[in-house]
Amino acid sequence: MRTDMTRRNFLRSGCLLIAAAVTPAGVMTFVNASSGFAGAGKNFKPHAFVEISPDEEVTVRVGQTNLGQGTHTGIAMIVAEELDADWEKIQVRMALAGDPFKDPVWGGQFTGGSTSIRHRWELIRTAGAAARAVLVEAAAQTWGVPAARCRTVPGKVMAPDGRSLSYGTLVPTAVTLPVPQNPVLKAAREYKIIGSEKQRLDIPDKVQGRTRFGIDVNIPGMCVAVIARPPHYLAEPMVFDAEAAKAVPGVIEVVPMGDRVAVCAETTFAAMKGRRALKVNWSKSKHADLDTAAVDKTLRAGLKRKGAVAQSGGDAATALSGAVKTLEASFYVPYIAHAQVEPTNCTAHVEKGRCRIWAPTQGQSTAQSVGAGITGLPLEKVEVMTTPAGGGFGRRSEADVIEEAVSLSQIMKRPVKVMWTREDEFAHDVFRPGSVCVIQAGLDSGGDVTAWVHKIASPSIMARLMPGNIRNGVDESSVDGVTTMCYSIPNRLVEYVTTDLPIPVGWWRSVGNTINCFTVESFMDELAHAAGRDPLQFRLDHMEKGSRPHDALSLLATKCGWDKPLSEGHGRGVAVTDCFGSSAAQMVEVSVHRGTGEITIYRAVCAVDCGPAVYPEGITAQMEGGMLMGLSAALYEKVEFEGGGVKTGNYSDYPVLTLSDVPEIEVYIAESRHSIGGIGEPGVPAAAPALANAVFAATGVRVRELPIDREKLKA
Amino acid sequence: MISLNVNGKKHRVDVAPETPLLWVLRDNLGITSVKYTCGEGECGNCTVLIDGRAERSCVTMVKSVQGSEIVTIEGLAEDHPVKLAWIEKQVPQCGYCQPGMMLQAVDVLSNNPTLSDGDIVQSMDDFICRCGSHPRIVPAMKLAAAMMKK
Repeated sequence: MRTDMTRRNFLRSGCLLIAAAVTPAGVMTFVNASSGFAGAGKNFKPHAFVEISPDEEVTVRVGQTNLGQGTHTGIAMIVAEELDADWEKIQVRMALAGDPFKDPVWGGQFTGGSTSIRHRWELIRTAGAAARAVLVEAAAQTWGVPAARCRTVPGKVMAPDGRSLSYGTLVPTAVTLPVPQNPVLKAAREYKIIGSEKQRLDIPDKVQGRTRFGIDVNIPGMCVAVIARPPHYLAEPMVFDAEAAKAVPGVIEVVPMGDRVAVCAETTFAAMKGRRALKVNWSKSKHADLDTAAVDKTLRAGLKRKGAVAQSGGDAATALSGAVKTLEASFYVPYIAHAQVEPTNCTAHVEKGRCRIWAPTQGQSTAQSVGAGITGLPLEKVEVMTTPAGGGFGRRSEADVIEEAVSLSQIMKRPVKVMWTREDEFAHDVFRPGSVCVIQAGLDSGGDVTAWVHKIASPSIMARLMPGNIRNGVDESSVDGVTTMCYSIPNRLVEYVTTDLPIPVGWWRSVGNTINCFTVESFMDELAHAAGRDPLQFRLDHMEKGSRPHDALSLLATKCGWDKPLSEGHGRGVAVTDCFGSSAAQMVEVSVHRGTGEITIYRAVCAVDCGPAVYPEGITAQMEGGMLMGLSAALYEKVEFEGGGVKTGNYSDYPVLTLSDVPEIEVYIAESRHSIGGIGEPGVPAAAPALANAVFAATGVRVRELPIDREKLKA
Repeated sequence: MISLNVNGKKHRVDVAPETPLLWVLRDNLGITSVKYTCGEGECGNCTVLIDGRAERSCVTMVKSVQGSEIVTIEGLAEDHPVKLAWIEKQVPQCGYCQPGMMLQAVDVLSNNPTLSDGDIVQSMDDFICRCGSHPRIVPAMKLAAAMMKK
């Protein structure tokens, strides 16, 4: 897979053989979870992923961040299935960063790319099955019967004569036995836990207010730092006067850090007040004329430059000139922010020979490398404790705050928690890049698409994060969703132009797909309309039968009532995406008030094909949340720039979707013939084009820019 | 010294009277379920009950709530109908915004347990949840309302 290649070298790092856990009460504890031995203390630990105690507790260790996406429950379900565990005895702990939790496909320990389960489907099943095999062997030896004649029921091994031994009682024997590397896995038809309805394991603590997020970490002796940051890109503090900040009660120290100045205080509020009091004269912006209009102009100018070829098939130019009908349209999407609710934060404690990092990070390996780089310690002396995160959406794969916390702890010689304010969050986000494109396509006499020529201009995420992965001028993350479109179009040309702007860009839930699914699916709608064909059937007709997107869209067609009559003034739109190993097809139904341009969304339906559906309730929640995030972006979101920096200051400048925008949502999960796919991201991309296409159906007005301009919808 | 009554417990804290209640609860009293998100009263994540009414603690000066009864999510019974309904309907995703929203729900439902769906939407509209837990809020509040009537 292309993206596999591009991300493979991203995260290289170390090997810790200790796992940490956050107990429900929030106390950090440490337990050894090395893969090298079966026994440790009284518990049976065949490897890093599972631990069984003599009193029957089964602890599953997960290395992926709990962002609320349900992965911790999903992974526990897979382990419990193969282990044949009693679900009531299962608990999940977040593991300390370490080798066993690195991505087996991409390398590195991180939470992104919707990989947590799809890249570990074999690994986690094997982990559960290996533990079960040892327990069966332990029982067989106890009874003096062949293991092959024993079986398991949840939490117990059964002998041929009906005797049984619980897993807990088998622990002392199990710890003495070797762990098989290739245990037999269950057939899918034997699954009792995978695919069943389960309550999410982390929800009770979240409802009771017991979950400790990164922002809640409190280490004895800790101070809190709030940092003055450049008000515009590439500015630096020329001079600063620390006295006013130091005069604020509770402020401990003012620390210059290159282009930033940190205020360290006893409490968060004192640090915030101290930062406000701090007087900094910043150098002039090197991009003083950068504002939203200038950004848009730079993007659009990119389309006039020669592009790098991202994909070429057939002869697009000839096919286009020979087409019976040709269409052309340009699209624009703005920069948008992650706006995750928990602000960026990290707590670090650097001591002699040891560095501890507590963070709601999506990038454990990166955090470890950054800690080692700053302190000079070997990787195994850098312990990364991942806390639950208040949203992430890609923002938390950045290590900026980790670098800040580790550096400050080293300077302050005590634990330091770095807190970003909401204003910091908007001013220094790594945004989803703005993007513009022009698409041309040709239809033959039968109304089929014969040529597709697509040129994109946008800043490159890879250029900042992994320049080595730009090949022949193409950042694949910028063209994802076009080069990977669901349709078999014989003649295709996709070109990409990198636009150079000082605004940092980064991973935003579903990355290029969220941009390019909007343009491709909007334009497919225009083509269907031009061909005089039904937009849903038109899409199916251009897909390979039996392909995953064809299956997802077919399921949507049967579930959403596509052929049923609509209320007067309502319009329906459809769109489909195939990304992160899954396909999601969506239908949105709207009406538009032609006096105000106001859009009312009545219904949103999603059909998803993600292969084996491990945790259906979690998949449904991810589709709901993904769709709503996509709709939010389409309805409202745009970051504004001014004076060489970010103008958007807080949520009051950056409205996002709220409850009154939310339609009835239905989610259908395909009984799939395909391999396991991701779930965190595929719900997002199709929502915006489904909405835009519904707006067209209701009004006859095409939406080619986001967020949707209500002025243009007035009659 | 400021005197506070939080979840039925009396506290005396040495803070400036203008300090937002949010930061006193979090940093001085260690009640971390009350969350900082926007700091300007926009998102609702810092909502607490003050004498039974849902208020935004990030824009509430601590001196203004001396003598009031302050309740955070920890101060509600573990089997409070709103909590049980939130679990039953599996509302939270990341969960960060949920205590604030649940306390708003407690205020709304305590004062009017027979709200229409539209009323519920209006009463819960002024909150920011970035994960998209929204579709489950109205069903959870209706369930909680039904439990509260019993």
